[in-house]
Amino acid sequence: MEQGVIIKVSGPLVIGEGLPTSRMYDVVHVGEERLMGEIIEMRGNTASIQVYEETTGLGPGDPIYSTGEPLSVELGPGLIESIYDGVQRPLDVLQARSGDFIARGVEAPGLPRDKEWAFTPTVSVNDEVGEGDIIGTVPETPIVEHKIMVPPGVKGTVKRIESGAYNVTETVCVLATDSGDVELTLMQRWPVRKGRPRAKKLAPVKPLTTGQRVIDTFFPLAKGGTACVPGPFGSGKTVIQHQISKWADAQIIVFIGCGERGNEMTDVLLEFPELIDPYSGEPLMKRTVLVANTSNMPVAAREASVYTGITIAEYFRDMGYAVALQADSTSRWAEALREISGRLEEMPGEEGYPAYLGTRLAEFYERSGRVICAGSDKREGSISVIGSVSPPGGDLSEPVVQNTLRVVKVFWGLEDRLAYERHFPSINWLNSYSLYLDRIEAAWTELVARDFKSLRNEAMSILQRESELSEIVRLVGIESLSVAERIIMETAKSIREDFLQQNAFHEADTFTSLKKQYRMIKVIMHFHAKAVEAIARGVPLKQILEAPVRDAIARAKFIDEKDEAAFEKMMIDIDEQLSSTEVKSRA
Amino acid sequence: MPKEYMTTRDIVGPLLLVEQVEDVKYGELVELEFPDGTRALGNVLEVSKDAALVQSFEGSRGSNPGQTKVKFLGRSLELGVSRDILGRVFDGLGRPSDGGPKIIPDKKLSIYGEPINPTARDYPDDFIQTGISAIDGLNPLVRGQKLPIFSGSGLPHQQLAAQIARQSRVLGVQAEFAVVFAAMGITFEEADFFISEFRETEAVERAVMFINLADDPAVERIATPRMALTAAEYLAFDLDMHVLVILTDMTYYCEALREVSAARKEVPGRRGYPGYLYTDLATIYERAGRIRGKHGSITQIPILSMPEDDKTHPIPDLTGYITEGQIILSRDLHRKGIYPPISILPSLSRLKEKGIGEGKTREDHSGLSNQLFAAYARGIEAKELAVILGEAALSETDKSFAAFADQFEAEYISQSDREDRTIEETLFLGWKLLAKLPRSELKRVRDEHVEKYMSEVEVAG
Repeated sequence: MEQGVIIKVSGPLVIGEGLPTSRMYDVVHVGEERLMGEIIEMRGNTASIQVYEETTGLGPGDPIYSTGEPLSVELGPGLIESIYDGVQRPLDVLQARSGDFIARGVEAPGLPRDKEWAFTPTVSVNDEVGEGDIIGTVPETPIVEHKIMVPPGVKGTVKRIESGAYNVTETVCVLATDSGDVELTLMQRWPVRKGRPRAKKLAPVKPLTTGQRVIDTFFPLAKGGTACVPGPFGSGKTVIQHQISKWADAQIIVFIGCGERGNEMTDVLLEFPELIDPYSGEPLMKRTVLVANTSNMPVAAREASVYTGITIAEYFRDMGYAVALQADSTSRWAEALREISGRLEEMPGEEGYPAYLGTRLAEFYERSGRVICAGSDKREGSISVIGSVSPPGGDLSEPVVQNTLRVVKVFWGLEDRLAYERHFPSINWLNSYSLYLDRIEAAWTELVARDFKSLRNEAMSILQRESELSEIVRLVGIESLSVAERIIMETAKSIREDFLQQNAFHEADTFTSLKKQYRMIKVIMHFHAKAVEAIARGVPLKQILEAPVRDAIARAKFIDEKDEAAFEKMMIDIDEQLSSTEVKSRA
Repeated sequence: MPKEYMTTRDIVGPLLLVEQVEDVKYGELVELEFPDGTRALGNVLEVSKDAALVQSFEGSRGSNPGQTKVKFLGRSLELGVSRDILGRVFDGLGRPSDGGPKIIPDKKLSIYGEPINPTARDYPDDFIQTGISAIDGLNPLVRGQKLPIFSGSGLPHQQLAAQIARQSRVLGVQAEFAVVFAAMGITFEEADFFISEFRETEAVERAVMFINLADDPAVERIATPRMALTAAEYLAFDLDMHVLVILTDMTYYCEALREVSAARKEVPGRRGYPGYLYTDLATIYERAGRIRGKHGSITQIPILSMPEDDKTHPIPDLTGYITEGQIILSRDLHRKGIYPPISILPSLSRLKEKGIGEGKTREDHSGLSNQLFAAYARGIEAKELAVILGEAALSETDKSFAAFADQFEAEYISQSDREDRTIEETLFLGWKLLAKLPRSELKRVRDEHVEKYMSEVEVAG
């Protein structure tokens, strides 16, 4: 391969010359230690290279080795349960090679070479197969059946097909194609900056259930949709991201820790193997892929990490799975862009971010979606993308938030004020939104109940009324409200405390199924309806508020998932107690 | 023998552009000799075919283009470490400044360190009892955490940091500990406070100090915290000690960084700070934690003064995004004469959930702290309401919460800087204060805990 020479080093940016046949985004290795880098700019006969490792010790005259290939990831069995850095080096392998600290210049393939997988073919000799067709399966974990697909751009007749134990580099299938025989292994490679092909993109229609009440009931995300979670530090972004990774009803979770804390990744690594997935009964780690490029790891690899993550997500989508991808935090990714752009001496846009920030963000989020996968069986897969944003000072007008809002359909606005009051998750119900409510209405009717959406809307309007009324209370005191208005305030309080607030660290409260969410909101709204009726009959407010059933409503979050009867009893209690107050008041 | 150059072309602030250099590497250590014979250390910030941009850690006063000697040393800035660094005082570049003998190093370590592999980390979950209720009860510190103190000028952050250093211990465990102290740009008096504080408590022989004072070269500060953390990593992961690192004041560190960035004419981010401030701070703060299979740990308490007490200023803001929580000091509480003036509501310890509870502190700790938070928040709100509408407008319940908030500040938050409360005392105090509130309002504590611990309060009368 071509060999060039370094002429300048400035932090993570290295400028070299003597690479006439290399192309933009080709991977190169620099210096004697062969540090990995990527060409990001070419001027005349010089090339600017962003290096994924610390560049101390490099100098002019050191060699550059080109690979002639763009930055790619290895896709195949062995992805699940892995933890990678931003350029798909497995961190556990790095630890085994270089100890507790990450040394430079260590290369390790993304997929283990020595491990053998049990391959069961699903095609036979003489079958015609094309791009995306499944040729066999590998049971990767108890819950993930890894489907081995014909790589993009390949089409032909099965000439030979194997069965049994193979590692990822051994040939399991030979296709006779127009351009000669093609050997297929369990593994394929794909350049990360390019989306994987699909047959057709569809609009999302099914909710992605996360078990978090404020999300699922009030601001739902659809499978194949996009959401962003902006919030100042300390408002609980990371806990929400972790909760979604734990409880979302996706088949595959890809979690990208992009420029965040090392201990948070450790937390995931230690906790996920212990936690049990409520849908499959297996440890959560058995469906999870982690990409961790913490804040102190090289900044160029941070830039690459989101692409590595989404390419892995696309690969599982192509198998027909529902994938949920989380990027925590996209602001750190944008900062990596800014840092590299500054080193390239590009003309800055807003707040020093490069002018192409918006385009890059949009390109990333657009790789989400519900699709008909490539392949003749027309299977359906989806990627839902949830990106957290860390706006400086919690200021939502900054460029990363604004550019993100232009592309995402769900906005969960976190507020530190709520966090101080220990209202968790601290998602502000007044400024958050979801544009999927109409799309998933049909699915809600089928999965939950016909009146779920109307109950949700009613509850929402009560919260809205509360915010108006509390303005008045703040100015002239609670006495100025009418009794009917007081009931609205009380119901709103009940919605906030008994429904929206959810304790991620309480074993019964951490996850709530959609059905239970429906029952919970239903009793709250039923109480409200009955209370309004009682008021109309002249029952004093105090008596309504003292109804014992209110205690039961407050504790509803701790009721067992299966205990439907408890909610039925509450409905009956509400009817009885609110009509009995009427009797009492007459007496 | 390293080559000497006298080919400096430009001198801008702390930066020197040296021409016609050969075989210079990025990040290399540089020795400068100015015409008057003074020497300074520097490092290479950028290198191209025939020129190197050198940052002098000790300023450029007295240098000139033609007569300054520049020597590239072929290694990066290192710190020589051995067990003997304990009890010693160094300057901001790691040279002994206490008049003692030179350190004979066990090994020499690059001060830039390497990132800890996330798979090698162990999650910090050993509760550290600091003896301060506002921390132990509500925002507990755990071993391996990085928990900064956000302060402002005139607030007693030094007393607080010194008290934490003095009183911290892990319940039921005896282990070797050490304190590493890095001063960046603080005054002599402030540094002296810590030194005499350590002396007084005989912690001095367990302490390693790196001192860069306000009148020392500003650019030296860029190296100081890295010196300290290199020493801390050696003590923690080579010698199995539990190390508490105090870094003060991070604001001056960031300003030094801005100075260099401005001299390089880089595109500034917010408020003139460089766009890579987050990444740079992360390479400091992330050098904390525990490693599986190693006995030692690094717990970091950076102190930073918020310009104009503004939490959204880039320095506290970016710090808060990297560290695992923050302890915020409040000027209002300080004015009320409350020490430590910890502003409870915006303070946070992210690692608390795993460090407290049964087997760590006590089963009721988590619920109790949430209840105290919520009750205090409600009390503050009620008091604000009373200011607008008058006390008469408050409901009975609100009145009890307002009274709770006052009492909470006076009895729970407030304590003397010599008072070392056990965690049991802190928890008891919490229940005692909650006893004054209507029991139906205590929604965040479990009933069985109320039964069990409230009765203790009643017994105690």
